[in-house]
Amino acid sequence: MAIKEPRSRFRAHERLDSASGLGGRQDWFRVPGRIFGVLGRIRYDPVLLFFLMLIAAIGLVAGYSASEQSVIWVEKSAFRFVLAFLLMLLIAQIPQRLFFAVAPWLFAGVVLMLVAVWLVGDVGKGARRWLDLGFIRFQPAEILKIGMPMMLAWFLSKRPSPPRFVDVVIALTLLAVPTVLIVMQPDLGTAILVMMAGLFVLFFAGLSWYYMFGFAAVISAAAPLMWFYVMHDYQKERILTLFNPMADPLGAGYHTIQSMIAIGSGGIWGKGWLQGTQSHLNFLPEGTTDFILAVYAEEFGLMGLIILFSLYLAVIWRGLYIAAYAESVAGRLLAAAISMTFMVYVFVNAGMVIGILPVVGVPLPLMSYGGTALVTIMVALGMLMSIRTQRSFLGHER
Amino acid sequence: MSIRDSFRDAQHDALNDRSRGRRIFRRRVLLAALIAVIVFSVLIWRAAFLQVDRHAHFSELAEKNRIRTLVIPPERGRIFDDDGRVVAGNIATFQAQITPEDATDIKHELVILQDVLGLDDDTLHDLRERIRFGRSFDPALVNSDLTPYEMAKLAQLQPWLPGVEIVSSLKRTYPYGRLFAHVVGYVGRINVADLKRINPDLYQGTQYIGKSGIERQYEDILHGTPGHKEVEVDALGRVVKVLKVTPAVPGRDIHLSLDVPLQGIAAASLGSYSGAVVAEDPRTGAIKAMVSRPSFDPNLFVDGISRKAYQALLNDPERPLYDRAVTATYPPGSTIKPVMALAGLQYGLLDPDKKFFAGPYFQIPGDKHHYRDWRKWGHGWVNLDQAITQSCDVYFYDLAYRMGIDRLHEFLTGFGLGEKTGIDLPGESTGLVPSRAWKRKTKGQVWYPGETVIAGIGQGYMLSTVLQLAQTVSILAESGKRKRPWLVKNNEFTEPPIQLKNPAFWQDVRHGMLDVVNSAHGTARRIAAPYLIAGKTGTAQVFTVAQNAQYHAKDLAKKLHDHAVFIGFAPYGDPKIAVAVLAEHGGSGSGTTAPMARRVMDYYLGYQPSKVVKPEFVQHGD
Repeated sequence: MAIKEPRSRFRAHERLDSASGLGGRQDWFRVPGRIFGVLGRIRYDPVLLFFLMLIAAIGLVAGYSASEQSVIWVEKSAFRFVLAFLLMLLIAQIPQRLFFAVAPWLFAGVVLMLVAVWLVGDVGKGARRWLDLGFIRFQPAEILKIGMPMMLAWFLSKRPSPPRFVDVVIALTLLAVPTVLIVMQPDLGTAILVMMAGLFVLFFAGLSWYYMFGFAAVISAAAPLMWFYVMHDYQKERILTLFNPMADPLGAGYHTIQSMIAIGSGGIWGKGWLQGTQSHLNFLPEGTTDFILAVYAEEFGLMGLIILFSLYLAVIWRGLYIAAYAESVAGRLLAAAISMTFMVYVFVNAGMVIGILPVVGVPLPLMSYGGTALVTIMVALGMLMSIRTQRSFLGHER
Repeated sequence: MSIRDSFRDAQHDALNDRSRGRRIFRRRVLLAALIAVIVFSVLIWRAAFLQVDRHAHFSELAEKNRIRTLVIPPERGRIFDDDGRVVAGNIATFQAQITPEDATDIKHELVILQDVLGLDDDTLHDLRERIRFGRSFDPALVNSDLTPYEMAKLAQLQPWLPGVEIVSSLKRTYPYGRLFAHVVGYVGRINVADLKRINPDLYQGTQYIGKSGIERQYEDILHGTPGHKEVEVDALGRVVKVLKVTPAVPGRDIHLSLDVPLQGIAAASLGSYSGAVVAEDPRTGAIKAMVSRPSFDPNLFVDGISRKAYQALLNDPERPLYDRAVTATYPPGSTIKPVMALAGLQYGLLDPDKKFFAGPYFQIPGDKHHYRDWRKWGHGWVNLDQAITQSCDVYFYDLAYRMGIDRLHEFLTGFGLGEKTGIDLPGESTGLVPSRAWKRKTKGQVWYPGETVIAGIGQGYMLSTVLQLAQTVSILAESGKRKRPWLVKNNEFTEPPIQLKNPAFWQDVRHGMLDVVNSAHGTARRIAAPYLIAGKTGTAQVFTVAQNAQYHAKDLAKKLHDHAVFIGFAPYGDPKIAVAVLAEHGGSGSGTTAPMARRVMDYYLGYQPSKVVKPEFVQHGD
């Protein structure tokens, strides 16, 4: 655009409220942590926290039913949620500069660990995913779900804003190496999430549409090759099952069919809490983990789903809002990528449960019972809060 | 807000590189928000499709999910004796079971159940564990074999016992108890070892599997094929309606060759001795009686024997679980002499009429060792017939020495000794006919001639089962024709007969056996019956008497007494039954076991002491 708009009017108040990091006319609203006195020193985003806690509460209610009304399960699960929320708040206290300072080292470390897993990893459930460090046994790929957007956000923030061709190539290489290592494990679900997280960063960094269409074309060309050379039989089976779950109703299609029956029989208003027959007669497998949404949808119906999805949408909306108002380039890229990855989580899990995506082991954030995934999600949300509450003191974009 | 702001920003930002980046970013955020809305719309659209459009369809499927398939276990085939008496049958019993899911206060209910059914603490503890680790909708067995009183009591307390049910089931029962314990065997609960050798599909809903004897041997026939029942259950898993039934195919019944009264007489005739009796029809190979004593009650094993009772059986010094008819092996003793005599005739080492001087002992030329005869003063001049009749040891020492171990081994093996008879029972022993190769392999030693000498009277290493002895005497009775012994008709089989150079050799030996019972000097002359019994007594040493000492039964502890053996067949002219009897520590064959065999034969041949049977005069050689 040719018009050189005087920026002063817009820039003035922005600079004002960001210069202090706290001040400004909307400050009490934007950084409300301040109004709680002693607790005011804790930085958090109340809007995000509110929606997350609502979702977690729904998760506990559905989990109580899915676990066959086990109070012990609810206690354990609630304890995990408390720990996870504390972790999120802890992460939120860390200045965002620190995230990007460690990003390249973290990234390099994880890639090395992935190579180590490839070479010497522990085999569990037919896949080589685990790295045993003696005192702890974990999946390095899980770290990359955050590490990848951190790395790319850090890298692209150092480059001119719409990334040039060279930068895109470098970024794609950084993205491809660990993704391929994860696919080889094989762990398709994690690989997709890591790749999506990275691509979102590129997308928000202003990747040209030409590149994006080109990339899409490459993907669609590579898909048949993937099918024949990369994918494992169980992965193919899951995809084939999706298109025709009735072909193998007691084998690969069982999860999908039973889950669709559970949801469909729920109707608009649901069968009522603790009244779901599918889950209570043990037809629905993994009711407390990957398929908790089916238990919820059976008992609370379409209305319950609309409420839950609205809450998820609210979380994503808040994340994008934080991204839109973030000060630093790296911060806004990371915040937006985290929000959209969160959306992918929900979409992949919900899509699997309602039968529009293949069965991949992706948990539903804050609903599914599971340790590692919960930690990852909460760390990411903690970063989002950190980006929200701690602004750059420079007062202008770097 | 953010969306409108960013849009406005995007419009107003200058070409500045940084603000251009920001402008693009805000546009992309806007786009991302749009994508998120679309994604969630898709999810909700899909959920609405499932929950509104297809709701009826999926509700129906959810209802159908309530259809469950239940297994109908097949009824186990029964086992009958030759005369159609039930030896192993099934009776209906009632058992109490509790479904944890349906119980409102399980702790309280268990207290009531303990009181009513008189459960001990161990059983109750076990039940609690099974409830804890079982699935909540699977019923757990509380107690089987409810008495009518217990059933009435449970029915009365039903309002306080939700989830407790009384169900009927079939239980294996052995009406004759310990009489057929070894041969018919018993069933027991399927354990881990059993699971490895069965097809689990066929054993759905089945609690029992044959563990020993006929029950194990004919498991496939007895078991049958399970059926299925499709039932509709309500949300609590209770059966509402039966939709489809595929009936179970019951196991087939089995008819044994055994005869209950004969078995009873055989068992009774053993008296308090441990030992075995096998009675075989030499014409067909059918086993008419097969007794091993002491015995045990197979009914104890059906519902899982208690640890204590099982330990008691295992630790019993008489070893009641041990099958003395087909598994235990004993030295055959003098009962091997007729076979030795046949071998001597076959190899041309004996002339039946030639007299041999049998002194008090036999010596290998050049060796000082005395192989003593059982009769201190020897038998004097004896021919073959007399040697068998009087059980002359020296005669057979000499024969064995001249024959050598290789030929001895060859002939006895050809007679079926040292090999399984092929009877349709699990756990049959082979017995042992020693040879040079066997001794080198197991003991790493060369064969000594002295061992050949004692093998001639069935001592030393030689071992056989009582069943093998019965089979041996059957072959002798039939002059070489061989039938495989069987309990169930389909195991009947004619084996190649034993060919001798001269068929008259059979008669020489058989007549010797006749004279054992029917001549003035026969060792078993006291059992001479109005019908003609031919037999051979034997004494199996369990204790070696020192070279210069004498065997005094009175002075020895009972467990060191010799085993008493008798083999025999009757009637001599047309053998209908062959019997082998072994009484552990029974002393002498003539005194202990021969009368036992006589009682079995008496019954089998329909002879009662009151009946007058015309005595016959038998010429040598007829």
